[in-house]
Amino acid sequence: MADRWQPVCDIQHLRLRAQMLANIRRFFADRDVLEVETPLLCRATGTDPQLDFFSTSLHTPPHNPTLFLQTSPEFAMKRLLAAGSGSIYQICKAFRNGESGRSHNPEFTILEWYRIGFNLQQLMDEVAELLQFLLAPTFKALSVSRISYWQLFHDITGLDALTFERQDYQRYTVSCGFSEAITLCGDEHALWLDFIFSHCVQPAMEKQTLFLVHGYPAIQSSLARIHPGDPRVAERFEAFINGMELGNGFFELVDPLEQEARFDREIAHRRARGLVVVEKDELLLDALRHGLPDCSGVALGLDRLLMIAGGCRTIDEILAFPLANA
Amino acid sequence: MATYSTNEFKGGLKIMLDNDPCSIIENEFVKPGKGQAFNRVRIRNLKTGRVIERTFKSGDTVEGADVVDREMQYLYSDGEFWHFMVPDTFEQYQADKNAVSEAIKWLKEQDVCTMTLWNDSPLSVTPPNFVELAITETDPGLKGDTSGGGGKPATLESGAVVRVPLFVQIGEVIKVDTRTGEYVSRVKD
Repeated sequence: MADRWQPVCDIQHLRLRAQMLANIRRFFADRDVLEVETPLLCRATGTDPQLDFFSTSLHTPPHNPTLFLQTSPEFAMKRLLAAGSGSIYQICKAFRNGESGRSHNPEFTILEWYRIGFNLQQLMDEVAELLQFLLAPTFKALSVSRISYWQLFHDITGLDALTFERQDYQRYTVSCGFSEAITLCGDEHALWLDFIFSHCVQPAMEKQTLFLVHGYPAIQSSLARIHPGDPRVAERFEAFINGMELGNGFFELVDPLEQEARFDREIAHRRARGLVVVEKDELLLDALRHGLPDCSGVALGLDRLLMIAGGCRTIDEILAFPLANA
Repeated sequence: MATYSTNEFKGGLKIMLDNDPCSIIENEFVKPGKGQAFNRVRIRNLKTGRVIERTFKSGDTVEGADVVDREMQYLYSDGEFWHFMVPDTFEQYQADKNAVSEAIKWLKEQDVCTMTLWNDSPLSVTPPNFVELAITETDPGLKGDTSGGGGKPATLESGAVVRVPLFVQIGEVIKVDTRTGEYVSRVKD
């Protein structure tokens, strides 16, 4: 057993990280995308009921306002976009409380970028180019599969992801040996999708292939626009390699009213579930009211990308000091 | 008994599942970036020894199982039960056939083993990884054959039968790995 002061990852992996950061900066410099920095410590945070955050308070008596460690740089970056920054990218730390596991560390590194005027298709192209470039030493030619969520889900499970047929979902999960899904998921379509996707679909994805899964069900739209031609799907995609989720991309929601309505829905959901109630980010809403240009944005987990590049089974193997040694 | 949240799951934690005491082998955190977090857990049922997988919603709680391991000395069998004693306190426990299971074939009276207790009742018995036992029965070996190639069955004083090299004789004490049931070496006095 190594001493606890020592780094967990190989020194070789530190080099791999440094090389990847340099390559990312080169990639975006060549495309005239501006590198930016936004605060890690913020006055507001996301309302997503699935994300737990770290909070602290600023010591300025008599008022000690609460501050949050960001769960992603999305809101601040959108404020820059609304202010006319043009296309931007950022490499930063993000923090998600309680997320610890084989591919999760509560503090992790995100690469997030926004492209003015790009539709989702164009952004997916760019994600594929970037990943092929960054992973070139690992995969001679990383093959890319673009597939809709509905199609992938159907190919692997035979189920229709957009229509909730509880009986069918139940029969399928029981046949896979996951009878506990029935009590865990109940009548919540989104929960069934999360369960089946993570337990059955992801492990069945072909290895050594970048999957760009698009057309997520609208009930999982997050901050993406709803598809104008099909209200059942959102303009959102996710990237996977070896069945591991690498990131999320959206054709960004720019409508301040719709954004506020989603905030309110999530806050109500948090309240109903007894979670910490957070306030919506008024500064983001102000920026949207001012006007966010049409754009697409994506965030990738850099540590997971490094896991793939380094052939690591756990995120700890790629971090100098994972939580247990931090 | 305490309850545990999925956040506290780790290898070795004892919990109740389907009314049986279980031990967590491995806990995997599964979370989509935008979605529900789950804990996918590999669990050993301590009554049956079977390993199963089960998923929990992260944040859910489960009841802990009052399961402890204690060092005990094997005393004797009365034909129906096997009797054990905690050396320091002289507390005695009687275990049935299910609890002693295969372990008993490695134990002779006075030997020390680990007993797993659930709500203070014997659940299972684990022999030491290595035991030293005398051979009570085996075919006469070939004189001068020290290669050990081939081997032959030998019955030990505790009742177990293991394969030993041809040169090993009745009355000799041998060291055996109880996890694999394999002969390790002769024990010289």
